[in-house]
Amino acid sequence: MSQANMNAPPTSDITPSREVIIELRDLQKIYTMGDNRVHALAGISATFRRGEFWAIMGSSGSGKSTMLNLLGCLDRPTEGSYELEGKNVSQLSDDSLSEIRLRRIGFIFQSFNLIAQMTVQENIELPLFYQGWDPEKSQARSAELAQRVGLGERLTHRPTELSGGQQQRVAVARALANDPAILLADEPTGNLDSATGDQIMELLGDLHRSGVTIIMVTHEDEIANHASHQMHMRDGLIDRIEG
Amino acid sequence: MKNARLVQNIRLGIKTLWLHRLRSGLTILGVVFGVASVIAMLAVGEGASKEAIEEIRKLGSRNIILESMKPIDQASAGSENQRISVYGLLYDDDSRLRETIPTVVRTAPTRQLNKTARIGDQAMDLRVVGTTGAWFDLVQRRLIAGRVIDENDVRQARPVCVLTEHGARRLLATANSIGETIRIENQVLEVIGIVATEASGGGIQTPDQPTDAYIPITTTRDRFGEMIIEMNSGSRVMELVELHQIVIEVVDESRVEATADAVEAMLRRFHDQEDYKMSVPLALLKQAEDTKRRFNIVLGAIAGISLLVGGIGIMNIMLASVTERTREIGVRRAIGAKRSQIIYQFLVETTVLSLTGGLLGIAVGVALPTIITHFAGMATVVTVWSLVLSVGISLGIGLVFGIYPAMRAARLDPITALRHE
Repeated sequence: MSQANMNAPPTSDITPSREVIIELRDLQKIYTMGDNRVHALAGISATFRRGEFWAIMGSSGSGKSTMLNLLGCLDRPTEGSYELEGKNVSQLSDDSLSEIRLRRIGFIFQSFNLIAQMTVQENIELPLFYQGWDPEKSQARSAELAQRVGLGERLTHRPTELSGGQQQRVAVARALANDPAILLADEPTGNLDSATGDQIMELLGDLHRSGVTIIMVTHEDEIANHASHQMHMRDGLIDRIEG
Repeated sequence: MKNARLVQNIRLGIKTLWLHRLRSGLTILGVVFGVASVIAMLAVGEGASKEAIEEIRKLGSRNIILESMKPIDQASAGSENQRISVYGLLYDDDSRLRETIPTVVRTAPTRQLNKTARIGDQAMDLRVVGTTGAWFDLVQRRLIAGRVIDENDVRQARPVCVLTEHGARRLLATANSIGETIRIENQVLEVIGIVATEASGGGIQTPDQPTDAYIPITTTRDRFGEMIIEMNSGSRVMELVELHQIVIEVVDESRVEATADAVEAMLRRFHDQEDYKMSVPLALLKQAEDTKRRFNIVLGAIAGISLLVGGIGIMNIMLASVTERTREIGVRRAIGAKRSQIIYQFLVETTVLSLTGGLLGIAVGVALPTIITHFAGMATVVTVWSLVLSVGISLGIGLVFGIYPAMRAARLDPITALRHE
């Protein structure tokens, strides 16, 4: 990991004056299955601030995945409001949500989800491609990002030629390409052995220290401990918050 | 910027298709055959009709051709073997046509007799065609040497003849023997000219065979008489036919139809039996063009079906591809691709498939008619519009059959797509 790029000053996460980046008010998501109405989210109110590193925890069915989907603008809440950087995004059109994902959100998935037929560099450039960047600029940016996650030498490789840990690094670089307001990570170490998982968590920790806002879903306490804040969920509600 | 993105999309499309080379190749093959068959079939159709139209055009689009024809009831009366059949066009018909129908510019009457010609020891069966100078103009015979029959030859019934190139070569062992004499029966004729040999036209008989001797029509009458006696399987058939054919020239193409009607009406008045046949090359030309149009539609439809099959192949493969790449679509959507961009991406891929197929199809489609011409001896004409048409169609097929899979891809819910195994 190149420390030269991680030169943002270490910050204290408890500073209350930080800018609010996400404001959730009574957020609900209800799925109707036949006659059953399932409250996947039963009313969540929470505030996330810039530069924070959150771990959302809970057993399966606790609503943490639904929460991540809503935060990532992949889905719309049934009730309640979601403000991202001061803008209410709870009932936007599909295209507007795509635009927000494109400009303001970065995703890291458990299974990396790189596109097999594209090189490392092309994978990293994908968000810039959809933003309509000039190819030259976008190549420069992707090379810089690959450097930042420690894969500067692998630009022309295919994802299948990389180890799991390397693939996840590419995914991190891709998630950072659009300089997102929040980085959403869904079990980022779930498909990795513990040593490699630790390296990825270190990388996320570095990003956090450089000022990136991260929200991560996990069910492992050990992974969650890397975060500055933990939100425990149960039955679609916030059980408790630590940190 | 837009271009760069298109180029990038095309590159990505090619890469993706290259990942499944065999599958993409087979899909492309479907389009190749479709396009090739469109081009080849249209080329064969075009070639066949062009040949027919050319032949008809040779007969002259301003001409009307009348032929004598043995009426059916007389033809069957062959048992009374000594009877004389009298039928056909008359010298009077010829002069009446010229004098009474104002749109008739001139006519060329002919009499045809099968004779044997001799020169020294050489003997050859040929057809003696008695006619006038106008005939050479009306059926457009190219003069190779000497001159054709003129007014004086006809007026004075001179013993002269014009040979075809082919006939001259066989009879005189040279294609240029003006002034030689040949003997037909006991008549001595001087060769005054040689015309080019032309293949005879398809549907209609012109008095034009490789071995013709053209002589003044008056000479025919004076030297060979009016009666035609033919030995026919033991029985003698005697016929009295004044004229075998009259070629009529009409003043203008637009007047041909009306003139044909007038000619028909006039002949009907003076003939009690149907002992003549009228052909109008212009009408045949129109008919041939009409036939060609139908032919093209039928061939086009057949070829279109094979293109359709190719298109279904594309759709099939793209649907499989969408299912296979559900996860990729989910990732792209999560990253921020709009539905329209997903549609665009898949359409670019199908277009790459169909266009590649189209271009290869053109290569095969152009090669195929050449092979057909070479081995089957059929005339083929590859027209530019058939190339444009088939590329257009293959592009269209890519879009039409690509749009459904593409829309299916775009409609996928990103969350479900991301969870897809």
